[in-house]
Amino acid sequence: MNKIFRINMSNLTTKCESVPEEWAGLGGRGLTSTIVAAEVPPRCHPLGPNNKLVFAPGLLTGTPAAQSGRLSAGAKSPLTGTIKESNAGGTAAQQLARMGIKAIIIEGAPTEDKWYRLHITMDGITFEAADSLVGKQNFAIIDEMIDTFGPKIGVLSIGVPGEMRMCAANISVKDPDQKIRSHGRGGLGAVMGSKKIKCITIDDTGASKVPIADPDKFRAAAKIFAKSLLDHPVSGEGLPTYGTNILINILNEAGGLPTKNFRYGQCEHHEKISGETMHDTIVERGGKHKHGCHAGCIIQCSQVYVDRAGGYITSGFEYETIWGLGANAMIEDLDDIAKCDNLMDDIGIDSIEGAVLLATAMEAGVIPWGDGKECQRVLRDEIGKGTPLGRILGNGTGMVGTAYGLVRVPVVKNQGIPAYDPRSVKGIGITYATSTMGADHTAGYTIATNILKVGGYVDPLTKDGQVELSRNLQIATAAVDSTGMCVFIAFPALDIPESFTALIDLLNATYGLDLTADDVTELGKKILKIEHDFNTAAGFSKQDDRLPEFFSYEPIPPHNAVWDFTDEEIDEFWDF
Amino acid sequence: MTIFVKLFAGFRENRFKVAKREVKDDCTIADVLEQLGIKEPELGVALIDGRHVTSDQVLHAGVTISLFPKVGGG
Repeated sequence: MNKIFRINMSNLTTKCESVPEEWAGLGGRGLTSTIVAAEVPPRCHPLGPNNKLVFAPGLLTGTPAAQSGRLSAGAKSPLTGTIKESNAGGTAAQQLARMGIKAIIIEGAPTEDKWYRLHITMDGITFEAADSLVGKQNFAIIDEMIDTFGPKIGVLSIGVPGEMRMCAANISVKDPDQKIRSHGRGGLGAVMGSKKIKCITIDDTGASKVPIADPDKFRAAAKIFAKSLLDHPVSGEGLPTYGTNILINILNEAGGLPTKNFRYGQCEHHEKISGETMHDTIVERGGKHKHGCHAGCIIQCSQVYVDRAGGYITSGFEYETIWGLGANAMIEDLDDIAKCDNLMDDIGIDSIEGAVLLATAMEAGVIPWGDGKECQRVLRDEIGKGTPLGRILGNGTGMVGTAYGLVRVPVVKNQGIPAYDPRSVKGIGITYATSTMGADHTAGYTIATNILKVGGYVDPLTKDGQVELSRNLQIATAAVDSTGMCVFIAFPALDIPESFTALIDLLNATYGLDLTADDVTELGKKILKIEHDFNTAAGFSKQDDRLPEFFSYEPIPPHNAVWDFTDEEIDEFWDF
Repeated sequence: MTIFVKLFAGFRENRFKVAKREVKDDCTIADVLEQLGIKEPELGVALIDGRHVTSDQVLHAGVTISLFPKVGGG
């Protein structure tokens, strides 16, 4: 990967640049965050011409290494006001990597009210008129691009909420089944909309293989790495069988499943929305319970959820979405939840922010608790069309809370809190508070160690060891997010020493390097500090590394736990 | 004595979701696993009243235990 494309939307020019030496060892999140920190004025308006939208495949993306097909997108987030990286599967990452493209930097903004499609080929990038796509949602855009260019075309697109620059808008990525994966969090779809880019198409005809410096060493490491993924019971058996939604029952039993907008830690109808029920339903109806989000995925945690007649409803049906709609918004019917998931893919909003804001809208009395049909209508006809109500909702949980004068508003740095209660799973609370991204469970997934007993065990209900746990995981995750690897490689990497060694060997074999585990840790620390410095320069301070106040005075049953960290204890996170 | 056992994920196959079980006094989680034909290394997480316990945990009459194989998500 030796090319960086710079797309200037102010004057509609493109430049192909060589990779500066200081960026050569970076990919994925490491590269997007480094570019955003270097080139975006921290106090700029996220939707203005000075923000930049950066795409970068990971360091191992495009190689035959299992799980390596993730694409990072980065910018200053309109939702949080912080730096943002959000990564997704799909086909685009591997296409770009094989085309030798290390990053695409989209800057400026058109002065005219015209929409564009960027078309990427081996000959370069062109600006195509996209006014005919305006007003269309993602599935229609993908279908039209397939009709025009054939099924192998790569597509990144935004729906109407992205056009309208709503803060919950995501960027959709076409997957190998012509469906959708998403750069979900942080409103990056609104940034793409602010650049007047409705769609990016990638035709990789003529692309070659990603060069590998030491193919023999690579093959040996890839084999050990893949074996560790298959040997570990979570990545080899649990995830392919039940998907991520297996977590509903375990979080419910542990008392950490936020229910009815974070009132309770257990949900009476948990069994109806559980991974076990979902698995049985999919098998009974003839859907797919194993499915990958990108070529080369061997974990296969995705699935294809179908209706009673076997017709497609949704895929990539994640625990966080099902929790948010099922337990937190009290919708009991898995089919209704699946239809909402499909709608969120179609209109292009983050399915975590979307689920959390719908529960907040229920708290506000805008939607009745548990009304899955009304949620579908609101997604399709309000947010999806940008009505005044839709724009309040589509700007995220924090906006809904402000508009309706609510106190129980689960956000950190204005980003909706995901599927694990920070009072009864305290490690994840430290991650929500301190992550450079706003509330983000993937930034430092302490659930592994707090709840699942992967990588050891730290009692979720006490404060001891949580800051250190979150810090270590956030450092490791920042590094993993730079490789293009799926975050679920962490399960074997935490438990099987050869797995992590093989990952480093893959990097060394690809680039002819001699990195050690310490180098990888240092990379993770460096990325976190770059991101933290950007946020500080953008106006954030340690006073922003805090959870909403209600967590400190509303005990959550069954453990009646409260958020009881002092400010000083939280701030120790940054002592590294 | 009587206890209640809740099983999850693959542990349910050819077994049950929830059942009342008769066990000996001072029975441990490991004893319950043996009674159910589950090998101890297959156990991921055991919970009593929402608290994690280890397999040597001694059980009291009337308690409900939740047993999960090694699973995860995120």
